Amino acid sequence: MKRTQSSNRLVQWIDDRLPIFTYADHNVIAYPTPKNLNYWWNYGSLAGIILVIMLVTGIFLAMNYQPHADVAFASVERIVRDVNYGWLLRYLHTNGASMFFIVVYIHMFRGMYYGSYKAPRELLWMIGVTIYLIMMATAFMGYVLPWGQMSFWGATVITNLFSAFPWVGDYIVTWIWGGFSVDVPTINRFFVWHYLLPMVLVMVVVIHLWALHVHKSNNPLGIDIKTPQDMMPFHPFYTIKDLFGLGLFMIFFMYFVFFNPNFFGEPENYIPANPMVTPPHIVPEWYFLPFYAILRAVESKLGGVLLMFAGVLILYVLPWLDTSKVRSATYRPIYKQMFWIFFLNCIFLGYIGFHAPTDLLLGMEMLYWGQIATAYYFAHFLILMPLLGKFEKTKPLPNSIFEEVSKKCRAKED
Amino acid sequence: MTDNPTNTAEGVDAPRRDFLLISTTTLGVAGVAMAAWPFIHSINPAKDVLALASTEVDLSAIEEGMAITVLWRGKPVFIRHRTAEEIKAAEDVDVADLRDPQSDADRVQKPQWLVAIGVCTHLGCIPAGQAIGDVKGEYDGWYCPCHGSHYDTSGRIRKGPAPFNLPIPPYTFTEESMIVIG
Amino acid sequence: MRKLIISTALGLSLAVSATISTGAHAAGAAVKPIDMSWSWEGMFGTFNREDVKKGGQIFFEVCNACHSMDMVAYRNLVDIGWSEDEAKEVAAQYEVEDGPNDEGEMFVRPARLSDRIVAPYPNEKAARFANGGAYPPDLSVITKARKNGPDYLYSLLVGYQDEAPEGFELAEGTNYNDYFPGHQIFMAQPLYGESVEFPDGSYASLEEEAKYITTFLAWAAEPELEERKSLGIKVLLYLIVLTAMLYALKKRIWSRICLDEYTHGPYEEQYQKDLDKHKMPG
Repeated sequence: MKRTQSSNRLVQWIDDRLPIFTYADHNVIAYPTPKNLNYWWNYGSLAGIILVIMLVTGIFLAMNYQPHADVAFASVERIVRDVNYGWLLRYLHTNGASMFFIVVYIHMFRGMYYGSYKAPRELLWMIGVTIYLIMMATAFMGYVLPWGQMSFWGATVITNLFSAFPWVGDYIVTWIWGGFSVDVPTINRFFVWHYLLPMVLVMVVVIHLWALHVHKSNNPLGIDIKTPQDMMPFHPFYTIKDLFGLGLFMIFFMYFVFFNPNFFGEPENYIPANPMVTPPHIVPEWYFLPFYAILRAVESKLGGVLLMFAGVLILYVLPWLDTSKVRSATYRPIYKQMFWIFFLNCIFLGYIGFHAPTDLLLGMEMLYWGQIATAYYFAHFLILMPLLGKFEKTKPLPNSIFEEVSKKCRAKED
Repeated sequence: MTDNPTNTAEGVDAPRRDFLLISTTTLGVAGVAMAAWPFIHSINPAKDVLALASTEVDLSAIEEGMAITVLWRGKPVFIRHRTAEEIKAAEDVDVADLRDPQSDADRVQKPQWLVAIGVCTHLGCIPAGQAIGDVKGEYDGWYCPCHGSHYDTSGRIRKGPAPFNLPIPPYTFTEESMIVIG
Repeated sequence: MRKLIISTALGLSLAVSATISTGAHAAGAAVKPIDMSWSWEGMFGTFNREDVKKGGQIFFEVCNACHSMDMVAYRNLVDIGWSEDEAKEVAAQYEVEDGPNDEGEMFVRPARLSDRIVAPYPNEKAARFANGGAYPPDLSVITKARKNGPDYLYSLLVGYQDEAPEGFELAEGTNYNDYFPGHQIFMAQPLYGESVEFPDGSYASLEEEAKYITTFLAWAAEPELEERKSLGIKVLLYLIVLTAMLYALKKRIWSRICLDEYTHGPYEEQYQKDLDKHKMPG
């Protein structure tokens, strides 16, 4: 590691003892990055920034929130009405959750399109899936805290998933609740977890970055970095590109916060939790809908639960299910189409998840549509991915990133 | 840090780039700084806390020479029904000699009623002197047990480390012997 | 730039697909409410103070007889058009339990500005008992708690029918309403037009009354709305300017990647230095 040489004696003094400047230089300033990253590569840093926004707004909300079933709903409304800028903190936090998932989903689909999970980045991908899992747990428990009808019944339904396991199921559920239904102990512990898990999330994100910085970013061509000419320093090129992307994203985010703050929410959750009445139509938050559709696709309690967990966990083994040596979909004509079909299938699963199983689409019940889409979801991973790698005729890969960038530059000049 | 490649092109197009860079950075930093305010302000007293600011007290039951303590905004308020002697002691003090000069007339609305916030201006303990048999200090008012501040019958600091007199809360007489604090 | 547009579009499509589905469903059980245009809609929307005040009067004289509004305090009225004295006067008409006093007894006193709006019943069971088993919901956040809240409330209030359509079996104690899901609503028609005499001696039609009370309830549900939108405009303007400047800066910095000069021209020396500095490890 080349140590920082600074003319500032204080900087030098600190760096000799604790090389933070050297560290920053290596990992942010001069960090070598492929020259050809496109805007899809913005979403990683965006996710990090939203995580920070969620942490800060969450910490300040927690200073006014009361995790008790009797007063939780009122304390949230008090934050919005009486706490100075409480409405801003709350709406940043609630909309921030949706933004976080939008960004992370794009980040994940980008990884799938460009084969970012393939060797030598398998662990990087798996750590990412872990981040996603922790996010889901955190988001779920956060949604319970306002203690509206959707909070309560969402908590009831999701925790009951665990009752599907034979013999121990009921004990697990009682253990999670701390009682015989979702009640005072449940909201209290969910609040603690909701506050704790993001700290864990931060640590896992650090590990994610650590793994990233070993082999550096993948790139749209999906080819390895060969010479220093393929790279350029992260700063100023990608700092400015990320900041510009951040600016655009903040416009999108702030529109919802200030002008449509309840867009992603359910009106039902403004009705205080009532253990005696289940709302006529309960749905999870939009980011869980595809998995909700998978859950309901099989008419077996344990089967549905296992299938739903499998739907998430299968992502862990994706690097080994994909047998193709070529990373980027740009050079895999069939996979490219399969990818988009898979993407649409995920959206479709979300659509199915929103509707009641008996709703009709083109004359067929959602239940059956759900079964078809679920089957395709798993077929994509278990059948298409392994086979495609064996039979697909890929396009010839370019020689180097540098060459491709130069080509583009010359094309622009003409 | 100084020789990082940010400055690569500096020699050629410096002036224009500098202007853009400096103004963008300034605008961005200013925005982040302003965004801090809602967070800082959010932990100031909320609107409902500010609104809960008045306490009504009936004084008719307090006999001469007795005192009661009531809670206002989470702090004790001393209300003492002063005897003629105590009033005289408070009025006879030469204001110029006091650490925190204030005449007794400025501190009471009706001479027999002293209403003061019972929190020592030194470090926030509650001075003794309300109950019968309490140590009232050298000036027969209040004595703070934490660090030995003595207050007189007008609640003024006379001896000890406290810098100021016991503060007087805003209050009004709604009836002959009824006050609203706050 | 093209990629950027696509990537933004994808983000949007994710968001939109989430809501298209949201919108599609709610229509299932209930009739689509009357589409009203409200003064607080849009980016510059504000509450019409006169409407809020008239609506408030209707609330206190009619709705408050059965419905609570626990989250709103009398002091909040001052923020939206009542003078402090008027708000005090409204509050003083209600009694709240306070205490214990020096004798340890609870006592009743007139409500003050700092009190929350006094509920007509002490608890939900009492409310149900007094209303034949039906619970009149708290109205603090009612426009946020219903899909298309303001339109729905307005429609509900003007949607009562004297008689159910032929062949429709009304349950005991319910009333027929065009817009209530299932059409059978326990709440008797609350407003008929000329239900309330306003301070200037005027009366209003049913439609106007429904509009006033909806405005009041919309304010009660989102008292931060005006502050939110006016701050939002400033924030968006700021972000647009900042993002435009960042874009200009980005273009300048990235133009270097295609400058042949960077690799071969006047910057060549610097370029070689950059390369040396960022040699790949190993």
